[in-house]
Amino acid sequence: MAEIVLMRNFGRQDSHTLAGYRATGGYTAWEKAKGMEPAAITEEVKKSNLRGLGGAGFPTGMKWSFVPKTHTGPVYLVINADEGEPGTFKDRYLLERDPHALIEGMLITARAIRSAKGFVYIRGEYVQPWRIFSGAVKDAYDAGLLGNGFDIVVHRGAGAYICGEETGLLSSLEGKKGWPKIKPPFPAIKGAFGEPTVVNNVETIACVPPIINRGAEWFAGLGTKTQGGTRMYSVSGRVTKPGVYEDSCAVTLRQLIHDHAGGVSHTGKLKAVVPGGGSAAILTADEIDVAMDVDGLKAKGSMIGSAGVVVMDESVSIPEALLVLARFYAHESCGQCTPCRESTGWIYKMVHRIVDGHGRKDDLDTILDVAKRGGGTTICAFYDGAIGPYISYIEKFRGEFEALCRS
Amino acid sequence: MTATRTIVFSPDQLAEVRRLQGLYPDKRGALLPVLHMAQDAFDYVSLEVQEYVAGLFDMAPSHVHEVVTFYTLYFQQPKGRHVVAVCHNLSCYLAGSREILAHVKQRLGIGVGETTDDGRVTLQSVECLCACEAAPMMQVDDRYELNLTPEKVDRILGELR
Repeated sequence: MAEIVLMRNFGRQDSHTLAGYRATGGYTAWEKAKGMEPAAITEEVKKSNLRGLGGAGFPTGMKWSFVPKTHTGPVYLVINADEGEPGTFKDRYLLERDPHALIEGMLITARAIRSAKGFVYIRGEYVQPWRIFSGAVKDAYDAGLLGNGFDIVVHRGAGAYICGEETGLLSSLEGKKGWPKIKPPFPAIKGAFGEPTVVNNVETIACVPPIINRGAEWFAGLGTKTQGGTRMYSVSGRVTKPGVYEDSCAVTLRQLIHDHAGGVSHTGKLKAVVPGGGSAAILTADEIDVAMDVDGLKAKGSMIGSAGVVVMDESVSIPEALLVLARFYAHESCGQCTPCRESTGWIYKMVHRIVDGHGRKDDLDTILDVAKRGGGTTICAFYDGAIGPYISYIEKFRGEFEALCRS
Repeated sequence: MTATRTIVFSPDQLAEVRRLQGLYPDKRGALLPVLHMAQDAFDYVSLEVQEYVAGLFDMAPSHVHEVVTFYTLYFQQPKGRHVVAVCHNLSCYLAGSREILAHVKQRLGIGVGETTDDGRVTLQSVECLCACEAAPMMQVDDRYELNLTPEKVDRILGELR
C-alpha cells in the first residue's frame, strides 16, 4: 500500500483546526510557495502529473497554464465541492477533517494563477461540511493567512447534481439556474462573472501543498506513468468494510475491493463493479484487474471519474440497479439540451417497464440505439455520463434484462 | 397554520443581504445564499417571498422564480417543521433503502412529498447524498443519519417534535 498523503491527518481529533493542521506541518508549503515565481509553481504541478480528481481527469498544471498571462482584470479560483456523483463521498471527508489542506492548496494555486479571490461551492445538502469549512476559513482570516491578497467566499448550492459540472457550477455561482455553458470559451478564458477562472475539485487542490513541500518527482512516483499521486477511493455497496481508502493511482480494483474493503459481502461472490461513480461504465467480475488511474480505466472502456467504487454481489439485479441510475439521470438532467432531456426521461420509463415485467425484447435495442446516437450531441458531459451505464449494463448483462422481457 | 407573516427581512437580515451581495463581483451571485436566508426566515419560498427577494436584487420576479424552481432545496409550499429525506440512489438501494423508505412512510402515515397532518414532518425521497459508506442513510433537517435500521429510524422519528 502506498504512503498516506491526503488522509494523513484524519486520525487526529483536532485535524479540522488550525492548530492541529499546523502541528503536522500545515502551511509550510504556503511559506515555501511564497518564495516561488507563479510560473514555477505551475511547472512543479505539471511535472507532478497531478490530474483532476473530480471526474474529468484533466492535467491540473496544464489547466492553470490556460489562464491568459496578459489579462489585467480579476482571475478567479473556484473550488468544486458540489460532490454528488453516486457512490462518491471523499470530498466530504476532506472538508470535515482537513479543511485547512484545501485552504492552503487554494493559497498556493491562487499565487500560481494570480488570483485574489476564490469561491468554494459546497453542495447545499452538506450543511455540516459547510459549517466546518466556514469555521476553518474564519480561523485562517483571524491568523492573517487569508485577507492579505487572497480572499475566500464559501458558497452554498441549493440541490442540483448538474452544478458539479464546471460550467453549470459557474452559472449557479452567478445566481442563475445551473445550466452548463457552451465551450469554448473555456472557463480559463471566460469563466465566473465573465473573467478567467480555474475550476478545480477539492481533493485535487488538497494535493497541491504536499507537491510543493516534497516535490513533483516524489508525487509523480506515487502513481502511474501518466497520473501522479495517491487518491481517495470511495468504496461502497456490497463490501464488508465500506469506506474511503487512500492508495496509489496505480492500485488495482481487485486490491481495493479485497485488501481495503474486506472483500465482497452478502453472497460473497462478485457480479459487477462501478469503478468511478454512477456515470462510469460497469465492469464485470473478471474485469477488476485494472489499474485505477485515468488511462487504465479508459482502456477498459470505463472511467475513473470521481473514484466512487460501488460493488455488486451475485444477488444484485442489474436491471434494478440500472433503474435506480436511470431515475437519477431523468431527475437530474437540467433540461437544456433536447437529446439529454428527452432520452433520460424515456429511457427511465423503458427500464421501468422492463423491470415491471412489461418490457419487450426490442426495448433493449431501442435503448442502446437512443443512447449511442445521443453521445456527444449535448452541451456538457452529463448525457455522455448517463449513456455509460445505459449501454454497459445492457450489453454486459443482456440476458438478465431479456429474462424480464416478454418474448 | 399560523397567520401569514409579513414578508420583510429585519434590519440585521438586510445588512446580511448587503454583505453577501458585496462578496460577489455581481451582486446576483448572492441570490442562492439569500434564498436560503429567506427560506429560514419565512419557512418557504412563496411567490410573495420570491417577489420580495427579486426587489432586493433589482431582478424580475420571473428570473428569481426560474432559479427557485430549478433547485431541490427551495420549498415553494409550506413544509413540515422537519424534513426527512431518504436517499434512494445506488449504494443506499444496495443496502436496503427501499425497505427503509417503506418503513418511514408507514411510521409517518404519509407518502413521499407529503407532510404529516400535525405539520411535524415532510417526507422526501432523494438522489445521492454522498454518504454511501454508511448506507442506507437519510438527511433529517441539517443532519445526516447513517447506517439506518428500522429501529434506528423509529428512534430518530420519535425524537422529532
